[in-house]
Amino acid sequence: MSLRTPIKIARGLGSAKDGVHHWWVQRVTAVALVPLVVWFVFAVASLSGADYASVRAWVGQPFTTVMLVLLIAVAFHHAQLGLQVVIEDYVSAKGPQIAALILVKFLAVLMAVIGIVAVLRIAFGG
Amino acid sequence: MQTQNRPLSPHLQVYKPQLTSIMSISHRASGVALSLGILLLVYWLAAAAAGPDAFARAQGIVGSFLGQVILFLFSYALFYHLCNGIRHLFWDAGKGFELKTAYASGYAVLAVSAALTLLVWIIAFATGGA
Repeated sequence: MSLRTPIKIARGLGSAKDGVHHWWVQRVTAVALVPLVVWFVFAVASLSGADYASVRAWVGQPFTTVMLVLLIAVAFHHAQLGLQVVIEDYVSAKGPQIAALILVKFLAVLMAVIGIVAVLRIAFGG
Repeated sequence: MQTQNRPLSPHLQVYKPQLTSIMSISHRASGVALSLGILLLVYWLAAAAAGPDAFARAQGIVGSFLGQVILFLFSYALFYHLCNGIRHLFWDAGKGFELKTAYASGYAVLAVSAALTLLVWIIAFATGGA
């Protein structure tokens, strides 16, 4: 039995039933992406023209491995949060909306895992 | 109940496009584009993990004229979304809502994102030639 009053349970949750959680996580991931993206773009630009061996050597450096895994995880989380809002705004029919949301969320996790596994295979695969 | 012919609100087409409104929808559009663009990064990393042949194929695609155009647009969308996202974070903190400030920050985002895009491509051409 919950000893919380109904107002305590309802307060701040609004019509979406999860309050500002979605909004807040979108902001937290945005802040995390600022340094990750700036690092990534300039690192890749400096890698321009590099061959297979040097690209793999770069991915395998501990700092790069950590940054790439973080970038992929956070970027896909941020992306699917954003795409969720776009779908909720423009796909009003309930069935297609739920189908699109599930598809986007599954694809985001799938692609993120493929990316992270690729990085780890290069880093630890030898 | 007949609801088909009711007027829709807001009537987007009667509004004159403004810097603020165009930049607002561009933030969303660039976000959607970046969601697709990051798949290119996943493909490139997966190719590097798969082996030299797959990696050569990926480099061929990325290095082609079309690949370079897509990469350029991707980099601009990324810097635009990054800079405008920081502008949004200031708004989230309740700062910069005055009309003059909103326009000034808008022009600043356009200038800084263009400058960063140019800078990154100058670095890319200086290091690798493509």
